[in-house]
Amino acid sequence: MMFMPKIIGFVCNWSLPVGVDIASSSSIHGYPKIRIVRVMCIGIIDPSIVLETFAKGADGVLVIGCHPPDCHYIEGNLQAERKIKMLKKLISRTGLEPARLRLDWAYASEIERFTKIISDFRNQVTALGQSPLAGERPDTDILMNIKAAKAATEDFRLRLLVGREIELTEKKNMFGEKMSQGEFDKMIDIAIETVYLRNKIYLFVKNGPLSIRELSKRLNLDPRVVLHHMVVMKQEGLVAVSEVKGTTPLYSALGEARC
Amino acid sequence: MLKKIGAVLVVGGGVAGVQTSLDLAESGFKVYLLDETSSIGGVMAQLDKTFPTNDCSMCILAPKLVGAGRHPNIQLITNAEIKKLQGEAGNFEVTVAKKSGYVNEEKCTGCGICAQKCPIEVIDEYNEGLGVRKAIYLKYPQAVPLVYTIDRERCIGCGTCREVCKADAIEIGSEKETVILNVGSIVLAPGFDEFDPNLKSEYGYGRFSNVLSSIEFERILNASGPYGGIILRPSDGEIPRKIAFIQCVGSRDAKIGNNYCSSTCCMYAIKEAVIAKEHNPQLQCTIFFIDARAYGKEFDAYYDRAEGEYDVRFVRSRVSRIEERPSSSNLIAKYVNDKGPVNEEFDLVVLSVGMNPPKHAEDLARVLGIELNEYDFCSTQTFSPLETSKPGIYVCGAFSSPKNIQESVAQASGAAAKVAGLISQEKGTLTTVKEYPPEREVSDEAPRIGVFVCRCGINIGGVINVPEVVEYVRTLPDVVYAEENLYTCSQDAQKRILETIEEHNLNRVVVASCTPRTHEPLFRETVRDARLNIYLFEMANIRDQCSWVHMHEPQKATEKAKDLVRATIAKARLLKPLPKPLINVTPVGLVIGGGLSGMTAALDLAKQGFEVHLVEREKELGGNLRHIHYILGSEDPQQRLTSTIKEISENEKIHVYLNTELVDVTGYVGNFRTTLNCNGERKEIEHGIAIVATGAHENKPTEYLYGVDERVVTQRELEEKLAKGDFEARTVVMIQCVGSRNDERPNCSRICCAQAIKNALKIKEVSPKTDVYILYKDIRTYGFKEDFYREAANKGVLFIRYDNENKPKVTQENGNLNVLVWEPVIETSIPIEPDLLVLSVATIPNPDNKRMAQMLKVPLTEDGFFLEAHVKLRPVDFATEGIFLCGLAHSPMFVEESISQACGAAGRAMTILSKETLEVEGAIASIDENLCVGCGLCVSLCPYRAIEKDEKGTARVIDVLCKGCGTCGASCPKRAIMIRYFTDEQILAQGLAALGRTPHD
Amino acid sequence: MTEFEPKIIGFLCNWCSYAGADLAGVSRIQYPANIRVIRVMCSGRVDPVIVLEMLANGADGVIVTGCHPGECHYMEGNLQAERKIKMLKKLISRTGLESERLRLEWVSASEGARFAEVIKDFTNQLRNLGASPLAGENPDKTILAGIIAAKAVAGASRLRTLVGRERTLIEEGNVYDEKVGQREFDEVMDGSIDAEYIRNRIHLLVKDKPMSVEGLAKHLGLDPKNVLRHIVVLRQRGLVSLDRIEGEDPLYIALEVS
Repeated sequence: MMFMPKIIGFVCNWSLPVGVDIASSSSIHGYPKIRIVRVMCIGIIDPSIVLETFAKGADGVLVIGCHPPDCHYIEGNLQAERKIKMLKKLISRTGLEPARLRLDWAYASEIERFTKIISDFRNQVTALGQSPLAGERPDTDILMNIKAAKAATEDFRLRLLVGREIELTEKKNMFGEKMSQGEFDKMIDIAIETVYLRNKIYLFVKNGPLSIRELSKRLNLDPRVVLHHMVVMKQEGLVAVSEVKGTTPLYSALGEARC
Repeated sequence: MLKKIGAVLVVGGGVAGVQTSLDLAESGFKVYLLDETSSIGGVMAQLDKTFPTNDCSMCILAPKLVGAGRHPNIQLITNAEIKKLQGEAGNFEVTVAKKSGYVNEEKCTGCGICAQKCPIEVIDEYNEGLGVRKAIYLKYPQAVPLVYTIDRERCIGCGTCREVCKADAIEIGSEKETVILNVGSIVLAPGFDEFDPNLKSEYGYGRFSNVLSSIEFERILNASGPYGGIILRPSDGEIPRKIAFIQCVGSRDAKIGNNYCSSTCCMYAIKEAVIAKEHNPQLQCTIFFIDARAYGKEFDAYYDRAEGEYDVRFVRSRVSRIEERPSSSNLIAKYVNDKGPVNEEFDLVVLSVGMNPPKHAEDLARVLGIELNEYDFCSTQTFSPLETSKPGIYVCGAFSSPKNIQESVAQASGAAAKVAGLISQEKGTLTTVKEYPPEREVSDEAPRIGVFVCRCGINIGGVINVPEVVEYVRTLPDVVYAEENLYTCSQDAQKRILETIEEHNLNRVVVASCTPRTHEPLFRETVRDARLNIYLFEMANIRDQCSWVHMHEPQKATEKAKDLVRATIAKARLLKPLPKPLINVTPVGLVIGGGLSGMTAALDLAKQGFEVHLVEREKELGGNLRHIHYILGSEDPQQRLTSTIKEISENEKIHVYLNTELVDVTGYVGNFRTTLNCNGERKEIEHGIAIVATGAHENKPTEYLYGVDERVVTQRELEEKLAKGDFEARTVVMIQCVGSRNDERPNCSRICCAQAIKNALKIKEVSPKTDVYILYKDIRTYGFKEDFYREAANKGVLFIRYDNENKPKVTQENGNLNVLVWEPVIETSIPIEPDLLVLSVATIPNPDNKRMAQMLKVPLTEDGFFLEAHVKLRPVDFATEGIFLCGLAHSPMFVEESISQACGAAGRAMTILSKETLEVEGAIASIDENLCVGCGLCVSLCPYRAIEKDEKGTARVIDVLCKGCGTCGASCPKRAIMIRYFTDEQILAQGLAALGRTPHD
Repeated sequence: MTEFEPKIIGFLCNWCSYAGADLAGVSRIQYPANIRVIRVMCSGRVDPVIVLEMLANGADGVIVTGCHPGECHYMEGNLQAERKIKMLKKLISRTGLESERLRLEWVSASEGARFAEVIKDFTNQLRNLGASPLAGENPDKTILAGIIAAKAVAGASRLRTLVGRERTLIEEGNVYDEKVGQREFDEVMDGSIDAEYIRNRIHLLVKDKPMSVEGLAKHLGLDPKNVLRHIVVLRQRGLVSLDRIEGEDPLYIALEVS
């Protein structure tokens, strides 16, 4: 049986070609299994929703907005671009193929382009095959990674940096200076890595106390790096040493439970 | 000559700089305290504990920092460095470049919301890179000033801090500003830098994760450090079982050019080992050392305890190399012991890094025109240890030589005295004395309480429902006014409080905000401006102890806040205005003891214009200095002695009493009355302070045939011979630690190692062919004296180690002296037949100390030396106010150390003598004489001797001495003592209100 | 059902423990919201009577925290506090109230985490212990009577003198220059606590109504001979006098002390 990818398309209200019937959008121009979610602007798509969509088993997520610099809401599309860029970086860390996520531009008038985007993406996803998170037995490791990535997108710090990217790289910062894109990327890469890892560590220790060594094994990461993150997480009150086994402190997540 | 200026620049905000600043500011000088970082506190703020008392470092330092930060005559200039100096002693113009922290110091409330929201994480220097901070940060939680700083290097300028700052404190102005300061004098206290252990590549620091520097380990030990006080290995987060400490990393090391000894590492390593053992008793700590330099007061006792009680292992060997076992990240220490080469495995290695001169020492020296010594520390002379090569610029702390906290603090007070001597006429010319309006009489009024509840931006308001608290407060008895503020500490809120007090005729004020430890002084000042007595103010801590610690329980936090405010109001209803009476100060000093220390202290006080009585038991001045004929260095001690005595006799402010003893001392700080017996004649003098400088004695040994064979002499007797030129010997043996570091006297006499080396060098100078053997336990030539040790070894002086189990045996055979000493390296006993056997004997306390201690009501150590108020931070003070100590009365010490302490004692004394009156604290004990039965319990409990019995046998508080701790009140069998501001009634009302009961229940 | 939430009063010394509690805040270390802090300059300031007053008024727990031994800002006020708390615990244990409701801890200014830990632990301990029998509308009368007697004991000179002199007697020696052994001292202390506690119980009981030795002995669960001995002392002190004789039993009553 031919693989039919499940694809979710988030499409800007102002990009959606007239006549596309969302209600029956599962069969736009004969391409089945594409569900379109219409949004007023792709700028409002929260990165966590994209990841949630993958977690639920979507084989691909397609985001279509207006061509820059046009945007009904000034720069919602550009903000979305930054978010997708960040998301791709995050997803690449999870074991899921970042190519399952795509952003493209179209005007409502460009029905052909619109169709082509969908068909290209569909081909791309088909080539990738079924998402490891789809079906009855999703890959638990990747699922956990996606959950960590999702938590990372909810992190204040990452949201803030993504939200400020345009301002910092194209306009001026507080000191009236501009940051090069390279500089910014270097910084945000570190932030993405940091926030993702911490959330992953948190998810691990939420399931039960673990040592730095054990975490390092599971994360395939230098224990020194794990310890460093644990120190910060401890400072932030997210984890604590719950017991010491011999010479090995075990860390647990501090939940919402009363302290 | 230019006109002198009554202001001082202090460079360096470590503990030494802070102490100098406080002493000067308290004595009537305007102080600019400059630090190159964003806050004061220096290295001491990073330490976990301090030796030899294991005091929590922050506990004892923080009050001093707060004191300096709030002192009206101390201006902190942070992120700053000196660019230019002009002028001369008494009138300098200093150009200072100040880097902007982009935060308005007036507006920042230190609430910390900016750092919480800042997206940029930066490696935290305060935690030695083991933790993180943000790009906008406070160096450490207790930092003074409590102002956040933007780390421009790391900040990306995203502007989040500016948006979240409710106080509008983020200000993007220019990067640098130039400040011109006009000062009469400068004190340098820039401290030291840690030696960079990367330079000792054989130890693998930087390559092996589990090799740490001692300061990193200090942070790890600290409860608020990166690992939360659990000792972990950086490689894998495991708890180490075996730790090695390696001494002399960057010290006593000719290869890297640091020939000197860093003086403090032996002790701090022992401390770190002991504290680590306290964290984890199963831990094995090993210290690899060359000589254990536990030379200070009671240091050997600490060393012994580490070895005996804490089971710290001491290995006398230099580790040649550290290797890492890659599989476990464990470390192999390679060293040699008496059996041969050893490879020993450890989980963690701590490198006891030495002290380097501060990084900018050369720049500083160039700009200021002062000389540095060969190691780039500030150059000083033995007889002027606090003076740089440039008149008017003084130095204290580790910048002049590696030293510990207590010596730095003593020097700091000493430098203050030196400054005061230079510009004493300008005292009070630039300081501000704030004038307050007269206090309003409120005793007869019913309480009218005003309550101000702070939101602290969102720090409180984000958790606690502040409007609800305010509403609730309005329902409480006697509350006539309540409001909320965005920041109650902001200047506009202060103005509002002031106006509200007037408008609503308030007579009690309660602020519910942060901690009184930092903010009470500010609010007290505001209520005082509004004509209220400061004790009519009270605070409820609903931030540090409520909203911040119950962030996820807003409802419970709000309930708790209500309880806390209600309890505070219950106390406030009972507050009474308390007088702060003034007592007069007799501006006269008494110095007891006319040796080097006593003379120095007397001269320093006299130079400031104070009258001084200098009392000496003997028929002439000079004390032990009379027996010192040469020193390590080039100065001539006898010439110094003569010139000092001359200076004293010519100074009309100093009254010298020879052949005189103290008979009786009465009174208290500011107002002592002492009876002297001068040559049989009684004389009474009045004085405001007393300095104890009664010296110490050379012990007369009872072993090694001393007194039996005349070829056996003490070092002092040898020195006498050398000075007179009647030295003649082919072979000299010196035995160290005669009467020291034994069961009877466990502590080290400190000076004898250098004294022996001094005499050995002199022998080599006058008689190069003479063989000199020095038999020692540890050679303790700390600091730059290490150079002379090396010189002696190079000149052929032979050093042979012995220990208590194998003491040298001295016998007389066929008229010859015979010394048999066990040589541990070749494992044989060596016989030596010296012509002269020189004993390095103990320095013992003055036998008169006991009598003196009773008369002055001050304590002695177990050894019989005088016991200072606090080993670290009050090294020349007694707990009893107005009495100070210095020199050998404190403990054995060298000439330069005695001088430093003597100046220090004068510096501390001047903080009292400079005031016409002393203000008495209001929150103190007072005794109801009708209830007192005269049992005397309070007299014995009071650590400050602030309670005495009067003629009727009733106890009485000497107000000026009372510190208000309240222990007497809580202990008084008849409950006759009231602790003002913390009365039983007030505490009870506060407690009951917290429980939701009224006192009438 | 909501869990029982104890009310805790904390007496914190200004220099170490209060600073430690502040640091817990600065470090945002979370702990249960049950404690109400009263700042005192030194833990040595905490008068035993005030502690008992808190317990009498329904505090589920009282915690006193001071500087670690050797670190007291006032030299050794903390050591005085230690002696007081030791005495108080002995006294409280006689009243029927759990002496674990009183706790002494050392917390330094750098031990924010430790402060939070201590409070967490104490709160949990009290949660397990349940509400104080003296909390709420209907306090346990017997225990309350005991605490009131304990308060009288803690406020009177005999025990206060002993506690105040304890350190000097043990560490420096008495007027004869002899050091008193800790065990020897504890015996004297325990005896005094017992005697004074019973005397105050008796005194309080006969304040309400005249009672016989028999009656008092029964009420207090003591040997009548023991009670009589205390009555004799109380009469000597002028605190109790013979009211009347009922049948063969003399009844005693408290005297109002002017």
